Amino acid sequence: MDFLNLILQLLDATIRVSVPLLLACLAGLYSERSGVFDIGLEGKMLAGAFAGASTAAVTGSAWLGMLAAITISVFFALVHGFASITHRGNQIVSGVAINFIAAGSTVILGQAWFSQGGRTPSLVADARFNAITLPFADTLREVPLIGPIYSELVSGHSLIAYIAFLMVPFTWWVLFRTRFGLRLRAVGENPAAVDTAGISVAWLRYRAVICTGVLTGLAGTYLAVSQNAGFVKDMTAGKGFIALAALIFAKWRPVPAMFACLLFGFLDAFAIRFQGIALPLIGKVPVQLMQALPYILTVILLAGFIGKAIPPKAGGVAYVKER
Amino acid sequence: MSAPYAKLPAWADYGLIPLINLFVAFLVAGLVVLLVGESPIEAAGLLLKGAFGSGSGIGYTLFYATSFIFTGLAVAVAFHCGLFNIGGEGQAYVGGLGVALVCLTFDGILPWWLNFLLAIVGCAAIGGIWAMIPGWLQAKRGSHIVITTIMFNFIAASLMVYLLVGPLKPLGSMAPQTRTFMPDAHLPKLNWLIELFGFSVRSTPLNLSFILALVMAVVVWALIWRTKLGYEIRTMGFSPKAARYAGIKEARIIVITMAISGALAGMMALNPVMGDQHRLQLDFVTGAGFVGIAVALMGRSHPAGIVPAAILFGMLYQGGAEISFVMPHISRDMIVIIQGLVILFAGALEHMFRPAVQAAFASLSPRSVGIDVEAKGEGA
Amino acid sequence: MAQSAIELKGIDKSFGAVRANRDINLEIAPGTIHGIIGENGAGKSTLMSILYGFYQADRGEIFVNGQKTDIDSPNDAIAAGIGMVHQHFMLVHNFTVLENIILGAEGSSLLNTGIARARSELHRLEEEYSLDVDPDAIVEQLPVGLQQRVEILKALYRGAEILILDEPTGVLTPAEADHLFRILRKLKDEGKTIVLITHKLREIMAVTDNVSVMRQGTMVATRKTAATTVEELAELMVGRRVLLRVEKGEASPSGVKLSVKNLSVRDSRGVTMVDNVSFDVRAGEIVGIAGVAGNGQSELIEAIAGTRRAETGTVLLDGAPIDVAGSADPGELRARGLAHVPEDRHHVGLVLPFEENENSILGYHGMDFYLNGPFLNIEAIRSDARDKIEKYDIRPADCRLKTANFSGGNQQKIVLAREMEKDPGVLVVGQPTRGVDVGAIEFIHKQLIAMRDQGKAVLLISVELDEIRSLSDRILVMFDGRVVGERGPDATEGELGLLMAGVEAQEAAE
Repeated sequence: MDFLNLILQLLDATIRVSVPLLLACLAGLYSERSGVFDIGLEGKMLAGAFAGASTAAVTGSAWLGMLAAITISVFFALVHGFASITHRGNQIVSGVAINFIAAGSTVILGQAWFSQGGRTPSLVADARFNAITLPFADTLREVPLIGPIYSELVSGHSLIAYIAFLMVPFTWWVLFRTRFGLRLRAVGENPAAVDTAGISVAWLRYRAVICTGVLTGLAGTYLAVSQNAGFVKDMTAGKGFIALAALIFAKWRPVPAMFACLLFGFLDAFAIRFQGIALPLIGKVPVQLMQALPYILTVILLAGFIGKAIPPKAGGVAYVKER
Repeated sequence: MSAPYAKLPAWADYGLIPLINLFVAFLVAGLVVLLVGESPIEAAGLLLKGAFGSGSGIGYTLFYATSFIFTGLAVAVAFHCGLFNIGGEGQAYVGGLGVALVCLTFDGILPWWLNFLLAIVGCAAIGGIWAMIPGWLQAKRGSHIVITTIMFNFIAASLMVYLLVGPLKPLGSMAPQTRTFMPDAHLPKLNWLIELFGFSVRSTPLNLSFILALVMAVVVWALIWRTKLGYEIRTMGFSPKAARYAGIKEARIIVITMAISGALAGMMALNPVMGDQHRLQLDFVTGAGFVGIAVALMGRSHPAGIVPAAILFGMLYQGGAEISFVMPHISRDMIVIIQGLVILFAGALEHMFRPAVQAAFASLSPRSVGIDVEAKGEGA
Repeated sequence: MAQSAIELKGIDKSFGAVRANRDINLEIAPGTIHGIIGENGAGKSTLMSILYGFYQADRGEIFVNGQKTDIDSPNDAIAAGIGMVHQHFMLVHNFTVLENIILGAEGSSLLNTGIARARSELHRLEEEYSLDVDPDAIVEQLPVGLQQRVEILKALYRGAEILILDEPTGVLTPAEADHLFRILRKLKDEGKTIVLITHKLREIMAVTDNVSVMRQGTMVATRKTAATTVEELAELMVGRRVLLRVEKGEASPSGVKLSVKNLSVRDSRGVTMVDNVSFDVRAGEIVGIAGVAGNGQSELIEAIAGTRRAETGTVLLDGAPIDVAGSADPGELRARGLAHVPEDRHHVGLVLPFEENENSILGYHGMDFYLNGPFLNIEAIRSDARDKIEKYDIRPADCRLKTANFSGGNQQKIVLAREMEKDPGVLVVGQPTRGVDVGAIEFIHKQLIAMRDQGKAVLLISVELDEIRSLSDRILVMFDGRVVGERGPDATEGELGLLMAGVEAQEAAE
């Protein structure tokens, strides 16, 4: 039973760590599937976290926090769109710029508004998205195996966590079952085909980056208004890049994206749980190796040593009508 | 479609437009200052005073600039080959390992200048190899160099943490850092240089690597514009098709360029590790690798632009520290914003103001922009 | 006659300083197949792109079924019942046939209803026009002929009554092309109007009812196909241009310098562009390869010069083989005396942002003469560049000027000077005078003749028939990747024009 508990704890932690990764990863999926590369997921998530935490702190409402997070994150997504769609600027350069602007301004504004060294005030329970106990979680607890799994693992996460996992089938549905999804996938592969079909390439891509903004805003909200009780300087700590790695790992598909995020989340949770403990057979694994593993795996995948990740064909290139 | 934008006079192309972009970046930064309730004008005054108002200020400004010259040159060399090396941060970080290994092995044995030479080789080699791998993966396996170099930044960070909390940490110490190097592995300070200009200096970290940075700026200039290799790098960067036509080996040039870029980024480690802290500690790069991107974009990838751009950012770092004494709301993170804005306006949006400038030129003297349009048109 | 399906009045379109269409008037009768023929660059594709709303005309009016119609975007064209099959298919490679067909015409915001309707509609279209294709196949896995069928279905699904096909047979095998023509006739029988853009006379004669000829941006004639001949069309297409006669003496060719044997080359799509081509070029002669652009000439010279890998075949340079299907390297070939003036000087032959003197060594930058150890010998490079500027009269005479600031003619002289001055044994030249002013053309032609007279072997490709005729000592004609005929320099324009248009040699002789 102890072993089961250990596993459950580990998986529970995995889910918690995976939620922001998953949201950011799906966010990137919308943008990159439309042909706009986005290495600014990190920055948008951070800006969203800050806006969410500040608003929730001031208004006392988690929902207003979420709204603010999404608004600011969409704003940054639109800046990226303005640079890379309207002005055909370099998408990588634009993404890098957004990461810096977000990293700097969250601290400066946080210090100016709250004077707590870049932190936002600690949120009271009412101003956060708290754990939700699902129906029958307590009654079922005693049922062997299924009980603990349901009450520990499935129940007891915040609303945003459930939204994140629901976003997976939803995104799949949008991509493969709606007109918008069809066009989104088309414009990332061959914008000329979309253009000659009489559809605006720019408007389609703008809508895609807006979706990205909404989801990174949610990711930020989860970090600062749900998982933690407020914003801390640089609290995304590279999650935007792990999400990007997961996106590549999943070959830009929603369901594999979820598994990639869970895998990377599991590595993280595992590393924390078993820090410094010698494992049977392997011995003591440096925690840093576990932390670096998502990046190492992505490099190996990108190099085509294990399968091949082929990005959307038109990705990274601004659309110019050919003569 | 070879040149989507009509021609402007060279001074407008290389002077006016970058200045407009820079101006707008600082204008937006000024708005942020205004937003936190301080006066941008006053802040600018404090910045200048802090950076250049005293001998120590100048010393610190140039100390920071030293790191940025190295990383700016690193990004620029890759740009010339059409590669975006976003991994300067990680390359500089592992470069520190090269410095530390040399210093920890030979301090107390060799004279400082020999340690210096060996440390240069050490950090350039490790930084170069760290960048060469993504270069090789791009050239031979087709992986996107931007993603790979980002991943290598994180891998470098994990590797360095592992080494600094483990193998490289002296026994019995708690801090994640190496032991302090002995004095014969310290770089000479350059305070006399500032005193030469009549300023009094208490103590600044400005050290010999500043001179090395200037030398490297000249070396990079010579490499890019005066060697066969540089010629091939530039051909590759402007037109891979022309490079193929000229018999230039694409993969070879990409790998070599990345190695050089990484070596330059790695040399950045000399400045803080051997010149100031005299030990290898966690996170000593503190974003200098990323500042290099802004510096290279602002300096238009030319050493003559990179050195002043690096000094500007050195000024922001030093002056920014000064501002935060008087204006507690404005910390050094302000520079991160400015850096982002410079990258946005001088990089991603570099052509935003071009149509307006062109229109202005066209109305002033139609011929200055008209001639080239025709020349291009008939060749199409 | 019934009201025109399409009428164009006074269409004008310029790109920068190039006038692609000048005052075009055209009427297309409903229920007919109307051919538009012309050489590459005659303005056919531009005109059709205007009709499809991809570009907007600078001047002029479009009438569809007698109604004046503003076509500002492909949407307007689709709404007016116009569909287009582009030369490069506008398909999403990893989509299914069905997904490609409904893209932009999904019907509602959810796909299931649209897909279901498209499936039954597709079934009906298949029956009606015998256009069978598996609706669930992934497009990139289909052969090109079927991909084209998807493009046609796409247009029909949108209710197109008027169908424009831009060079539809360029990527098809003869059998596939014949099948396409059957489909087109069937569509015509069902009352659709077809506009067929091509440069192949055989196709025009085979399927069209009427034919219009374009030349250099203007519409020169419209004929009933039954009332015209290939000879007349070829002449209209090529025009009776004043031949720039270059003064040249008799060629005195000696030994074989360059020998091409059974060379085959594929392009990046895997389409065979050069199909088992063999010929020799001897010292002291100019061999010209005539052909409409896109018939494999480009790939041929690229393979010979080592910038494109060949599939199979042998090329001998001075009797020694070049590894054209393997490691052939342009640098190595230069060292062996093969100089190459590429067709595309903007992206291949020159690096436009470079200074003139930097371009004057491109490809030769590794020669000891230009180097001091690993360093460039700037003095030697610039003085050498100045010598060439003087010898070739390159203007402005400033070797430090950015290459982009030279005119087309002077840019071409920079390339020629570089490739000729190293005393190569073989010179491979592509489109030497494309986009070059008249004065420079004469100069360049004289230089090429001078090379010949010095005993060099010159291989020339050009889409300018004049140029081929006035320079060449022997003319090979390429069509569909094959050499379809060899003629002497006295061959008539009409004779060459027929060969270029794919009319077999025997037919032409009749």
